[in-house]
Amino acid sequence: MILVEAPGLFTTVQDLGRLGFGAMGVSPSGTADAVALRVGNRLVGNPEGAAALEMTLAGGTFVFPKGALAALAGSDFGATMDEAEASTWRPFRIPPDGRLRVGHTRSGARCYLCVRGGIEVKPFLGSASTHVLSGLGGFEGRSLKKGDILSIGSSKMTEPRPQGAVSDVLLPRKTLRVTDAPQADWFSEAAQSIFCNSGYRVTEEANRMGLRLEGPVIPAPAGGQMITEGVPLGAVQIPAGGQPIILFVEQQTTGGYPKIANVISADMSSVGQLRPRDEIRFERVDQATARALLREQEEAIRAIH
Amino acid sequence: MAELPARFQPASDQSLLVSFADRIDPAASLRVRRLLRLLELNPVKGIVNLHPAYCSVLIRFDALVTEHRELEALLRPRLENLDAVALPEPREVEIPVCYGGEFGVDLADVADMHGMNPAQVVARHSSAAYTVDFLGFAPGFGYLSGLPDELATPRLPVPRRSVPAGSVGIAGNQTGVYPFATAGGWRLIGRTPVAMFRPDRQPMSLLSIGDRVRFRPICAEEFAE
Repeated sequence: MILVEAPGLFTTVQDLGRLGFGAMGVSPSGTADAVALRVGNRLVGNPEGAAALEMTLAGGTFVFPKGALAALAGSDFGATMDEAEASTWRPFRIPPDGRLRVGHTRSGARCYLCVRGGIEVKPFLGSASTHVLSGLGGFEGRSLKKGDILSIGSSKMTEPRPQGAVSDVLLPRKTLRVTDAPQADWFSEAAQSIFCNSGYRVTEEANRMGLRLEGPVIPAPAGGQMITEGVPLGAVQIPAGGQPIILFVEQQTTGGYPKIANVISADMSSVGQLRPRDEIRFERVDQATARALLREQEEAIRAIH
Repeated sequence: MAELPARFQPASDQSLLVSFADRIDPAASLRVRRLLRLLELNPVKGIVNLHPAYCSVLIRFDALVTEHRELEALLRPRLENLDAVALPEPREVEIPVCYGGEFGVDLADVADMHGMNPAQVVARHSSAAYTVDFLGFAPGFGYLSGLPDELATPRLPVPRRSVPAGSVGIAGNQTGVYPFATAGGWRLIGRTPVAMFRPDRQPMSLLSIGDRVRFRPICAEEFAE
């Protein structure tokens, strides 16, 4: 059992999301940083996809009446367990009535609290993930509030893995690698050049649905009549104003803006760690490179044992 | 009509866009539904999600299991027999709508823009037969075609930050119902008391791709019930 003494800025229950319901208009949702969630779960001996708490920019205070084995993963939010420092990427034991205080971010946007056994909520379409827009899934379909009481589950467990650091390959990046999107060739060479050679700042309008960026205007495509089509995770849309939007985990499933590029799968966890005012850049890679980077990331996650 | 050639494009490193046309076209829409049906009935290894739209299907795959060219090679032969895929009989769905007033705050504007009075807009909107071309945007949000041409209205120049759940809107030549309170730029002409998406119901979504839809005007008292 976990008592929520303070919920933090925006804390939701997340797992790896629900795939397969796009035809109903349901986006996968799920963790904003799959690398952190998977690694955190491995550290406490959970299945990789067990549900955890996703904290955003500022964490909460949680009391564990019966104690627990826990790990913090993702960005360092300066946490303490009964006044002693609780570092990220290392499992630690919480004694009965132990109080975990998670502070403000010292690096990226999100920190995950993984507990041995996982957070137990009623699944919606096979996943514990909170879908904030529709108020479905997770804990009562919403972010946590003071006084909420969460259950710890009994996901099939292995031995905890006392790790102290993660491979550099798994740490967030500020240069996002992208592949071409279906409308990439609608944009002029000048537009492509602006996109790839400029810094873009993450605005305050950055959440689980998408991140609005601001920076040098990308000229609208000259030709082509855009028809609403399915949009992939990580699509970089260019609306009329020329300021890019990256579609994120709780994205709309279809969209009508032309897309100049798409963030590669291996860099989606980095998107989940972007904060408002962070400056990012884009770097084009080909499909083979994107696949190789994903495999490399996968091996680094599996190497944690 | 000659068979439309399918076009395959990588959309991301884990998705493939299959398009049947570069404009909204009933034949392409039919092929979208057939491809969706085919892949639901005969799942292909590595495919993890499908996003149908007007004339395309976005296929998300597990990039550790397959890749674009392999998937395209697997799908091309199946597309040759696409027109033989039987589709389920379309369902008829009636959606009660309380038009105008606080429920349809843009009804008067829409009527003005077309030189009609609100009652004429309601009469036309509720006498047409619509087809669910696909579901997208949000859970249970159906894009309906079949809006009478004289009701086609552009989106609001600035989208509203919040549109109440159940709102019935018009955008261009499309109409649809917002299942949840979300931001949105469609012109609102009414609201339905019926839940468009409910997790405790089977099927969860009131609408499915291919359904035939009609709107039935109701009064505020009936809405309250």
